[in-house]
Amino acid sequence: MRTSKLTSPVGITAIAGIIVLAFLAIAGPLIWSTSADATAVAERLSGPSLAHPFGTDELGRDILSRVLVGARLSLVLTFGATAISVGGGVLLGLIPAISPRPIRRLITGFIDLLLAFPWLLLALFFSAIWGASAIGAMLAVGLAGAPSFARLSYTLASSVMGRDYVRAARIVGVGPFGILAKHVLPNTFAPLLVNAAVQASTTLLSFAALSFLGLGVQSPEYDWGRLLQEGIARIYVNPLAAIGPGIAIVLTGMILSLASELFTDTARTRPVSLPLRVAKRVLENVAPRVRGEKAASTAAVVEASDLRVAFPDQKGGMVERVHGIAFTIQPGEIVGIVGESGSGKSVTSMAIAGLIEHPGQVTAARLNFDEIDMSAPLSRADSDRLGVEMAMIFQDPLTSLNPALTIGRQLTEVTEEHLNLGRAESTRRAVTALESVGITDAARRLTQYPHQFSGGMRQRAMIGMGLMGNPRLLIADEPTTALDMTVQRQVVRVLHDAQELTGAAILFISHDIALVSGICDRVVVMKDGLIVEVVDARNLIRDAKHPYTRALIACVPDMLTDRTRPLPVIGQREAEPAATTEKSAV
Amino acid sequence: MTVPSPTTLPTATTTLTGSASGGQGDRRSPARLSPRVSFVLRRLGRLVVSLALVTIGTFLIIHLVPGDPVRGALGTSASPELVARTRTELGLDLPLPEQFFNYIAGLFRGDFGVSLQTHRSVGETLQQRIPATVTLAVAAFIVAALTALPIGIATAISARSGRRRIANLAASAVLGLLIVVPNFLIAVGLISLFSIGLGLLPAAGWGTFENSLLPVIALAVGPAAYLARIVHVEMDRVLDATYMTTARSKRLPGRLIYLRHALPNILTATLTIGGLLLTGLVAATVLIETIFAIPGLGVTIVSAITTKDYPAIQGVVLVYAIMVLGVNLLIDLILVTVDPRSSILEG
Repeated sequence: MRTSKLTSPVGITAIAGIIVLAFLAIAGPLIWSTSADATAVAERLSGPSLAHPFGTDELGRDILSRVLVGARLSLVLTFGATAISVGGGVLLGLIPAISPRPIRRLITGFIDLLLAFPWLLLALFFSAIWGASAIGAMLAVGLAGAPSFARLSYTLASSVMGRDYVRAARIVGVGPFGILAKHVLPNTFAPLLVNAAVQASTTLLSFAALSFLGLGVQSPEYDWGRLLQEGIARIYVNPLAAIGPGIAIVLTGMILSLASELFTDTARTRPVSLPLRVAKRVLENVAPRVRGEKAASTAAVVEASDLRVAFPDQKGGMVERVHGIAFTIQPGEIVGIVGESGSGKSVTSMAIAGLIEHPGQVTAARLNFDEIDMSAPLSRADSDRLGVEMAMIFQDPLTSLNPALTIGRQLTEVTEEHLNLGRAESTRRAVTALESVGITDAARRLTQYPHQFSGGMRQRAMIGMGLMGNPRLLIADEPTTALDMTVQRQVVRVLHDAQELTGAAILFISHDIALVSGICDRVVVMKDGLIVEVVDARNLIRDAKHPYTRALIACVPDMLTDRTRPLPVIGQREAEPAATTEKSAV
Repeated sequence: MTVPSPTTLPTATTTLTGSASGGQGDRRSPARLSPRVSFVLRRLGRLVVSLALVTIGTFLIIHLVPGDPVRGALGTSASPELVARTRTELGLDLPLPEQFFNYIAGLFRGDFGVSLQTHRSVGETLQQRIPATVTLAVAAFIVAALTALPIGIATAISARSGRRRIANLAASAVLGLLIVVPNFLIAVGLISLFSIGLGLLPAAGWGTFENSLLPVIALAVGPAAYLARIVHVEMDRVLDATYMTTARSKRLPGRLIYLRHALPNILTATLTIGGLLLTGLVAATVLIETIFAIPGLGVTIVSAITTKDYPAIQGVVLVYAIMVLGVNLLIDLILVTVDPRSSILEG
């Protein structure tokens, strides 16, 4: 890990940069100080030339040489100030970590107060005390950076202090300083080092700013900030006199922050690579699509055949998660899809709803909702129809309702947007919708936010949202999994009532075959992205043929289950979908 | 919002509870303060403590100076009589508690002392200098916020679409660069380009619209890039949320999906970072004022530090500190108002 990091482009750049900086700091003044100090009145204030790439100052001194010589002082002061920030910050952060509660709160409160102020204000405060000088500025910049480091080391130290092995050490009588030395410092060293490098980068810029204000290095000495200040004064004569030192500051700042990346061990996530794009294009071209061809007029709400869904994997290829399944849903029918996690049941429902987003990829020989082709881009009119005729209910109602909008807003927008109803008419519908899912005091409830609802009420509000239009299909994806037992029952009943009230079909997705067989007409059993069997729900136990379905049924404990024995587990044999059932279409 | 009946409301405290937290359906006991009110009270308490500490800090500046501050300010050539007289004028020969009392009493009268250099009232100087600094910081903040939001939202949406990959990379690289380049270098670049190269805009001065363009841009670019990145990351997080899938399942048009459903959910983080950026902007004006020769607080404090004009330093530092504390308070109050969940209430 570490070695591959050093040979990465970032690593090589950082190391090369550090070598150049070290060379400048050591040898810069030895090599260039004669040309940096050589005055030539005849050439004063000249612009860039071959002899003086950055031009000269008012005494005719070569600015490039002065930038190169100034590197040493800039770097020395930067590292001095960084050492003060890190040292002071670690001290200020570790004391509260081992102190009793009142002292801890006092110190952390003080750190938080200091953190409220931008570093430049703190630096000006300290600079006022020690005056405008190089050492004064170093102390000022260093102390101004201490609070953020104190916060960091306090956070790191208290997380170590809370671990079991530190508690154990305290119980056996190791004192606070022993714990600091043995446990806290070794465990916080690596992140502190990374942040020290980041700190060095900001310190460099801060110091340049202070010198630039004339509060840092004083003439005749000079660092980059000082050179920048002198350059600005004659920017009309020669802009490079200001830009030259500026470039030095920015480049050094970048090298220091690249160096901090070298210390970081976290692997970076790579952007999605070329192979994915190729794979996508191939899929797009090869995939059979029956666009434009109207489905032979059938009454089915949903019709899917050869439905495939693929997602990119980490290596940049595409992995197919649903392998060409086919099924239909009739109007008013309640169809359940069961299967374990990863069987592709949720992905299937999202594909039916047309909600698989980039980089996911849906292909199908036919994928229709009513007469709308869901595999093609939707027209405005189709969108309006889908908005009021199809609704989704998700597993966790806390996350599926928008926390920033009132329940009313989330309900009324459906009819306002798709049926062009006014606010008043939409609100009337919303009240009816909430009442029909058993929410009392609906008018007031509409003005509330989701966090003011209980879990079961949120889920019923989601169902109510689906009843705002003229629903023909409700897709419920594990709608009861996040709820407790009694609330689960309520929600299932509400769904059932909604079906009777509106005549909408329901696609009910669950891993719980007992629950599904209780409310559905037909049960579709999925396994590894394939449909293994479709059974009539009323005769599920009698008719189920496939070993996987039988295994699922066997897993459900009933009143006669011998509870002294472990529950059955689905083994490899049942889990293999038989080749013959692979294309089971209904 | 329903108005609770008078019989259930014996005191003003419960009135606040009822109205602030959305009616009787609430789970909280009516006897306690509403979380919002108690948050505001706690927050104001913290402000008072902070102000007290800040005042002590500015008072101490002159006492923490190594050596004799009066001798340092007047220079080695000043006569001992002048030094002694000035010390008496500053009240430095009084006992420390009495000095502190006089300092505080002066502040309440609006008396910030007299400058050692100009012998003018520091309070008057502050009054003259505050408008330029505040204008600069607020204008830069507005520019930064108004550019960062659309850029952040657009880059987040564009990056997810999977198209225009090169443009997305370029945008992210440019933002990253603008974040690391310090504002005084951006100012130098802007002056070289627009004042010297193109001769379009003045490089120094204050008072006209043309004068304010370059300083405001120089000040706004860094925070805008930073805020745009925060908005981008937040937007990306929000677009992954299930409630966004719900919004898409309702087939809402893009304008509603992004502006009504996503935008309110990135506001809390954006405002929090925005507050930090605004306080940072207040401080950053020091550099920008110096470069563009703008008569604000920054120029005042830099020359005061160079000349060891301690009363002026104390005055300006105090004003800056009050601005920062004020911005922090304002942001917290806005957050507690706009965020229906108000997650900061617990903090």
